[in-house]
Amino acid sequence: MKFMMMMHYAGEGPAIHTWPPQDLKAHIDFMHAFNRQLSESGEFVEAHGLAGPEQAKLVRARKGSGPAITDGPFPESKEFLAGFWIIDCESEQRAIELAAKASAAPGIGGAAMSIPIELRQVMCAPDPEA
Amino acid sequence: MSLEPAEDGGLHLLRELAPRVLGALLRRCGDFTAAEDASQEALLAAVEQWPREGLPANPGGWLFQVGCRRLADRLRAEHSRRRREALALEPRTPAELPAAECEPETDRDDTLSLLFTCCHPALSPPSAIALTLRAVGGLTTAEIASAFLVPEATMAQRISRAKQSIQASGVPLAQPGPREQAQRHAAVLHVLYLTFNEGYASSAGPRLLRVELAHEAIRLARAVHRLAPEDCETAGLLALMLLTEARSRARTGPQGELIPLDAQDRSLWDQDKLAEGTALITATLAQGAVGPYQVQAAIAALHGEAKRAADTDWPQIQALYTLLLRMSDNPMVALNHAVATAMVQGPRAGLALLEQLETDERLAGHHRLAAVRAHLLEFAGDRSGAVASFLVAAGRTTSLPERNYLLTKAAGLQTG
Repeated sequence: MKFMMMMHYAGEGPAIHTWPPQDLKAHIDFMHAFNRQLSESGEFVEAHGLAGPEQAKLVRARKGSGPAITDGPFPESKEFLAGFWIIDCESEQRAIELAAKASAAPGIGGAAMSIPIELRQVMCAPDPEA
Repeated sequence: MSLEPAEDGGLHLLRELAPRVLGALLRRCGDFTAAEDASQEALLAAVEQWPREGLPANPGGWLFQVGCRRLADRLRAEHSRRRREALALEPRTPAELPAAECEPETDRDDTLSLLFTCCHPALSPPSAIALTLRAVGGLTTAEIASAFLVPEATMAQRISRAKQSIQASGVPLAQPGPREQAQRHAAVLHVLYLTFNEGYASSAGPRLLRVELAHEAIRLARAVHRLAPEDCETAGLLALMLLTEARSRARTGPQGELIPLDAQDRSLWDQDKLAEGTALITATLAQGAVGPYQVQAAIAALHGEAKRAADTDWPQIQALYTLLLRMSDNPMVALNHAVATAMVQGPRAGLALLEQLETDERLAGHHRLAAVRAHLLEFAGDRSGAVASFLVAAGRTTSLPERNYLLTKAAGLQTG
């Protein structure tokens, strides 16, 4: 079963670029190790970090003229998507286990951050008809 | 390995012989990786030598002997490495392989014993499928990875972990007793069945460069059937695959959209596969030892016989589902039984059966239950009830083509 794990930045705590360098390094190392473990367990499909919300653009097609483009960040949303994984694992339970692990990435002082991770199953092909 | 069958100095034989040689070497040494390396080297030697020197009299025996020699070389190298590493200790003598033991013995059981190993109960189904396709099916890791839409490195890791699990369980060398052999045989059939389903499902996705898993499953099922022609469930499974595959062209539209059985263009059904599957299941059922694969094949054969949806022999299909329910406590079978009952006794009879299934925890929240209810409500003329159930099912399914189908049904009932 494939799942998308979406890591949200909850808009709480100090911005990551203001962290003590050793804490930032521990956080980055944790993410590398997490991805490596996913590869080694045969569950890794894809992982990407996203550029910051400052560079985001919201695009809407408009009738009769060019599209409306709004530059980010968008004041109405404090939360934003920081990155995502696609994993292929055996069960939803296993996906929850992995999401919980990612959520516990170390923050300032090495304490677990409890990052909100949204877990969504990736749509697949139908079961065979009976 | 994709070798052209003609004018190749016997290279087309390699794909067929590869699992037998690997199985024989594995039985000899008990080390999956070592046996695989040795059999790969033997195959490479054949690719180099056969076109030049001609096909050996006994190609299987030739490959096995070359593989044995490679294994022996490897063990010797391992042995001297260990001796260098631990000079002071008396090293454990490795299992030497005297030439006399290396008789060409790639008999029919070697492919089966390799299948037993690959479908080992210690493995999860996805791992067993991957290992079977790799070791028995001869597919490359890249081909298997693309069939499952995962990176090659991920699939390589899965396969290597599967080999390690088998190694750790220590079972491959043990000759299973008759009872265990039957269990292992059932496990092989289950893995082939899942492989077929995977192929059946994935064919709805992007096809580019993807191995036809359903065809691979059929090829392997044919091989098992040849090796164990007396096993009725193997024949039943092969027939079921053929009869299901026969309808594959009709079951999706040009955009990959689902076309249910009753709306399929039956002229697209593959008559050769239908005939082969029907003949096989008819001959097998006459032998008496009826199991679940055979019953499912018999149901598929009845669908295949109907020239139009309205000609379907529902009473007999209902009876077969009743039989299948007695054999296996499977809620999906119970759902299909409810559909067949509705077709024979009317939608209310089917809906009454569904109500009993509501309490089954395995079906709670399953989209199939809601989808079947929706169809039966539509059949009963309850449009608003059907719409509500189609929408519930659409919200629950994890399949995109299925969701599109269910939403389209709901929309059609609301506006039509």
